[in-house]
Amino acid sequence: MFDPSPYRSQIAAECDFDPYREGLTRREVGRMDRVAQFAAVSADQCLADSGLDARTLPRERTGTSVGTAVGCTMSLDHEYAVVSDEGREWTVDPAYGVPHLFDYMVPSSIVREVAWRSGAEGPAAVISTGCTSGLDAVGHGAAAIREGAADVMLAGAADAPISPITVACFDAIKATTPDNDEPESASRPFDLRRSGFVLGEGGAMFVLEELGHARRRGARIYAEVAGFATRSNAYHMTGLRPDGREMAEAVRTALDQARLNTDQIDYINAHGSGTKQNDRHETAAVKRVFGDRAYTTPMSSLKSMVGHSLGAIGSIEIAASVLAIRNDTVPPTANLREADPECDLDYVPLTAREQRTDTVLSVGSGFGGFQSALVLNGKGGEG
Amino acid sequence: MAAAVTGLGIAAPTGLGIEDCWSAMLDGRSAIRTVSRFEAERYPVRLAGQVPDFVPSEHVPKRLLPQTDRETRLALMAAEWALEDAGVDTGQRDEYDMGVITASTSGGFEFGQGELQKLWSKGPGYVSAYQSFAWFYAVNTGQISIRNGMRGPSGVLVSEQAGGLDAVAQARGQLRRGTGLLVTGGLDASICPWGWVAQMARGDMSRERHPERAYLPFDRAASGYVPGEGGAVLVLEESEAVRERGQHSYGTIAGYGATFDPAPGSGRQPGLRRAIEVALADAGMEPEEVGVVFADGAGLPEADMAEALAISAVFGARTDPVPVTVPKTMTGRLYSGGSALDLAIALLCLDRGVIPPTANVTDPVPGLRLDLVLGEPRPAEPASALVLARGHGGFNSAMVLRASDTAPH
Repeated sequence: MFDPSPYRSQIAAECDFDPYREGLTRREVGRMDRVAQFAAVSADQCLADSGLDARTLPRERTGTSVGTAVGCTMSLDHEYAVVSDEGREWTVDPAYGVPHLFDYMVPSSIVREVAWRSGAEGPAAVISTGCTSGLDAVGHGAAAIREGAADVMLAGAADAPISPITVACFDAIKATTPDNDEPESASRPFDLRRSGFVLGEGGAMFVLEELGHARRRGARIYAEVAGFATRSNAYHMTGLRPDGREMAEAVRTALDQARLNTDQIDYINAHGSGTKQNDRHETAAVKRVFGDRAYTTPMSSLKSMVGHSLGAIGSIEIAASVLAIRNDTVPPTANLREADPECDLDYVPLTAREQRTDTVLSVGSGFGGFQSALVLNGKGGEG
Repeated sequence: MAAAVTGLGIAAPTGLGIEDCWSAMLDGRSAIRTVSRFEAERYPVRLAGQVPDFVPSEHVPKRLLPQTDRETRLALMAAEWALEDAGVDTGQRDEYDMGVITASTSGGFEFGQGELQKLWSKGPGYVSAYQSFAWFYAVNTGQISIRNGMRGPSGVLVSEQAGGLDAVAQARGQLRRGTGLLVTGGLDASICPWGWVAQMARGDMSRERHPERAYLPFDRAASGYVPGEGGAVLVLEESEAVRERGQHSYGTIAGYGATFDPAPGSGRQPGLRRAIEVALADAGMEPEEVGVVFADGAGLPEADMAEALAISAVFGARTDPVPVTVPKTMTGRLYSGGSALDLAIALLCLDRGVIPPTANVTDPVPGLRLDLVLGEPRPAEPASALVLARGHGGFNSAMVLRASDTAPH
């Protein structure tokens, strides 16, 4: 998407995405940043998959909840270069400001696109808790239904962070991998030779529905959002303590809500970003809650294959978790050839595993100190 | 149970702290001035509500100065004041029993401008490591939780001007689910050239040069809005626990409703009226019980009319009209900080028994059917207040507050 040669980390997981092929109009593409396009297209897909449409959707009882960490950062980066004449002017020139610049500044514009195209007129929110946004937006959507604010929530997340400013700031803290020669194997969560994460992009949206509402219309139910919790580490904006205490607390709370104990969890979808501090932090967190069960509960990182799409990844991981339930197969951690001795759990290395999968715990961790946990129960749905 | 507000921290153009801001608003002293932070002469829009006399080093640890945008410095100060006001000693509480949920509209935008300039003029190697978190929308929640050792539930909402109400509503939800204390609200600050040009792109900022004529919601001379910076932080606690420790409460969050407007051209009605109705139903209140409405006050003829219609649709059947006020005429629109500040001012209004006025509006549009509080503060003893906020793009949020002595036991 741009020339990466001046950067330390030069690889990324880009989506093969043509907005026109996905049905967006020139006008929609003209006003939407790539992140909004991801959200819009994902929303169309999930609605179509749910069997609901503009006619049958209960508009006033349908809300929207979209997570994003860095919003319209690609457009902000590009438009800044235009209005500032590539950084030459501090008092930037308004004559070069594009009409949708405010929408790029304020990412609530992303959820507007989802609401407009679906016809949802209930509560709308953009959830922007950094890299846990994708879990938190779904948690927020489920809470809206539990609290009675909506019967249906279009919830999920999108991010399109592959822009010069994002790559530069991750370079500065050496969070992303410098292994530019072998992109496919550069993301190596839990591996001894891991070297940081690979930036990604994308989106995933879900139709969440009050259970009775879904049953009455005979909807196919993938799974129930059975528990969700978020905690802060109150420690550091980018650092994690190795003990995993706060993530463990979020996991415990989410399991309590789901009324499940650790031996009833079939699969853990890890944050698994592939930084040393993350992999150890999250391994410690899982051990804290699961005890001996930690060693026998499969836990894998999708980021080994799709990279880290910041706020979007939590929802993409929920989608993968739902499919794990659907297909009784858990996805692998790719590129895990020699585990870090400090990371001694069952990370499902290299190949997917067929196994009965009814319940999934998905965890996330993000800048700002946010730790989130979400529990899916596939038995709660079709029963 | 009820969600009681025990602490307020205010950083507003009309003043730092509760007393400075409140007395300015009762006097009707507007803080809208020509922008001083950059060369505003270059731009056709030059007025803003800027937070005065804020010296960051007096309120923020030196270590945090290089890594924080102005909005975060204001937020850290306001959070500290709110906790102090609530009489909370964070060291004496369970760290998981305290959470932080804030709204943000633009993140640390001025910080972001600095780093974008380095990127484009010097190269990627000059971008600060702090850019990885100092500009993003979650920064205030993260920094407040770290500074105060709060490890409970966290949250960040972006819904432009409606964000302040949406964050407080999410905080109330966490309180109901068992967290004992929530620091919530919203703070925004994007008065830098890059933020200015982004805001101008909306096309609805006022180009009027006279500060007292620039932002006139519901007035015949309405010509757009004036932006501002700042906001408010609130401390929420469960009302029973507040009574037990003998702490003063400003009032309770009694009801909340949020809707989204249909797409343009759909022929369907906008959602503000329904947001008000949902909020009243949530509070278990009839329109007759509302003592004052803090309106959104867009400052644009069409949007003002739509708001007036929504208010009169809900309250029009009353024998005594409900007083409506827009104190943000003195600060400009502060985005998510604006609705948080409106909540703080509405709570002070309930606590102190006087309604702050709408400044500068002298010639309301005929036929609005609103009892606007103009010019002078109005003595009143409202038992409850309704705060409205509309976020750019179609967000409608309404929150009902109840005076503390009328909170259900």
